[in-house]
Amino acid sequence: MNLDIRGIAFSYRSQEVLRDLSFEVRPNEFIAILGPNGVGKTTLLRCLNALLRPTNGAIIVEGRDLLTMSRMEIAREMAYVAQRTEPVRLTAFDAVLLGRRPHMGLSTTPHDLGVTEAIIARLDLSGLALRYIDELSGGELQKVAIARALVQEPQVLLLDEPTSSLDLKNQLELLELVRAVVQEHGISALMTMHDLNLALRFADRFIMMKDGCIHAAGGPEVVTADLVREVYGVKVAVETLRGYRIVLPEA
Amino acid sequence: MHLEATGSDLGEQYSRYIRGKQFFLVGALVLLVFLIVVSISVGSVVIPIDEVITTLLGGAGGDAATIIWQIRLPRVLAAVVAGAGLAVAGAVMQSVLRNPLSSPYTLGVSHASGFGAAIAITLLGAGAVSSHVEDAVVVQNPYSVTICAFIAAMAATVILLLIARSRSSQPEVMVLIGVALAALFTAGTTFLQYFSSADQVAAIVFWTFGDVGRAGWSDLAVLLAVVLPCLGWFLLNRWNYNTLEAGDETAHSLGVRVEHVRVAGMLLSSVITAVVVSFLGIIGFIGLVSPHMVRRLIGDDQRFLVPGSCLVGGIVLLVSDTLARLVLAPVILPVGILTAFFGAPLFLYLLIRGYRR
Repeated sequence: MNLDIRGIAFSYRSQEVLRDLSFEVRPNEFIAILGPNGVGKTTLLRCLNALLRPTNGAIIVEGRDLLTMSRMEIAREMAYVAQRTEPVRLTAFDAVLLGRRPHMGLSTTPHDLGVTEAIIARLDLSGLALRYIDELSGGELQKVAIARALVQEPQVLLLDEPTSSLDLKNQLELLELVRAVVQEHGISALMTMHDLNLALRFADRFIMMKDGCIHAAGGPEVVTADLVREVYGVKVAVETLRGYRIVLPEA
Repeated sequence: MHLEATGSDLGEQYSRYIRGKQFFLVGALVLLVFLIVVSISVGSVVIPIDEVITTLLGGAGGDAATIIWQIRLPRVLAAVVAGAGLAVAGAVMQSVLRNPLSSPYTLGVSHASGFGAAIAITLLGAGAVSSHVEDAVVVQNPYSVTICAFIAAMAATVILLLIARSRSSQPEVMVLIGVALAALFTAGTTFLQYFSSADQVAAIVFWTFGDVGRAGWSDLAVLLAVVLPCLGWFLLNRWNYNTLEAGDETAHSLGVRVEHVRVAGMLLSSVITAVVVSFLGIIGFIGLVSPHMVRRLIGDDQRFLVPGSCLVGGIVLLVSDTLARLVLAPVILPVGILTAFFGAPLFLYLLIRGYRR
């Protein structure tokens, strides 16, 4: 699915958070949205999912204005994984099954249950599918949230700092999974991220934000020592090690 | 993106798990029916269970039939319907406010309804007091009492919704707001009492502790006419309530109109509260305790929590009322006093032991 973001702006009351952002999202793209704290990354994701209404500009989904679509229509095209997942007394299976809500009539069908099962198996959650999610670890909880987004069968996956609460192994596994899903199913994923090295390892396009604007955008080659210094104010070296582009802060 | 289902034994496990919850609902329903029969049979005149059953099936006549049809059955059904209504209102309030301490009573909605009823009785002359002890208060115009109770309940609900919206709504904060609202409306009721005649004071005081024995068949019909459609709405929205459990943002992203669901849920819960209070008076803690009992047993899933709360609420209020009839027999205690005795310690237990949503 094609997503065109045309000059969107957003203000919280009088404070301007996003200014005139434009970019396009194509199928099979895994985009990392980078930038310092408070630069508007999460706000951008929320605008893309119509959780917030941009004060200016438009988001065009396959030729339709996002803001003219109903919440259900949007939910059938896009899934959103918030930074925090509420640990409540639902089983992991039921928490994942919630992702079928946009496709569901009055109750679940065998197909809904089958899709949920398939994703749970795919994410190796089968062992804890019938445990309550308020008893799960942070990593398991995040996997449940991702699974819920995947059973939504979205065309666009929006992830707000998906790895912030995960250990190294879970970070790698989770991003590997997202990249595989993006490639296998021809969907797009956008994630906000603080860890530049993780982003460089998994994403294929980068949007570097500064002061509510896009400061730079493109493939891995745009992430340079100069850019990181301009955006984050940190002196770094960008090297290639065993084929991976690495950002190394200098002393 | 499109996913294909794969066969595995997880599906089998899950359907077993769901069947367990369905079994709980069926079990609760059977228990409720059994308790209805037992409750009809006991009292100052004990009617054998087999006679109760034949009478209910339209078989027998005589004194027992008169007692059953005129006194016991309306009372028992009122307890079941009011208990079910208050409990489901509590369950929905807890869900849409994402707050485990919510219920019509703890949030002050019951007190607001009581205040509205008091206004109708004193200022609009809707109630009168008879010398008959068993039925000391006669509501001459149940509709004006209900409507006033409803308006006051709505006022309390709107205040609650506005505060809940401001996002500072920690569970404890909401309950403190409930305390403040309850105090405010109780003060209003006391104010009315101060300027009322002795008869009216008696009528209002009678209102402040709930008694299911007040309901006649026509009251019961109105109660049912309000509680059943609300319950239907809650059941239709069970998946929306489930998505709210996952947080507002997630619910939005799953296509749920969060504010709409929240406001509708609160308003309908308040309607149930208002109609129960205006016919039966204030009955506390049923709406708080019943959903927690169900939650302990079968978890948060609203598909089962909503009907489960209904059944358990009906059971709890029916058992309480039956005890209230027996404990000081031949004096019949208003059940509101008994639920307060049982409910307050349970509420403290929830606060101290840690509540879970």
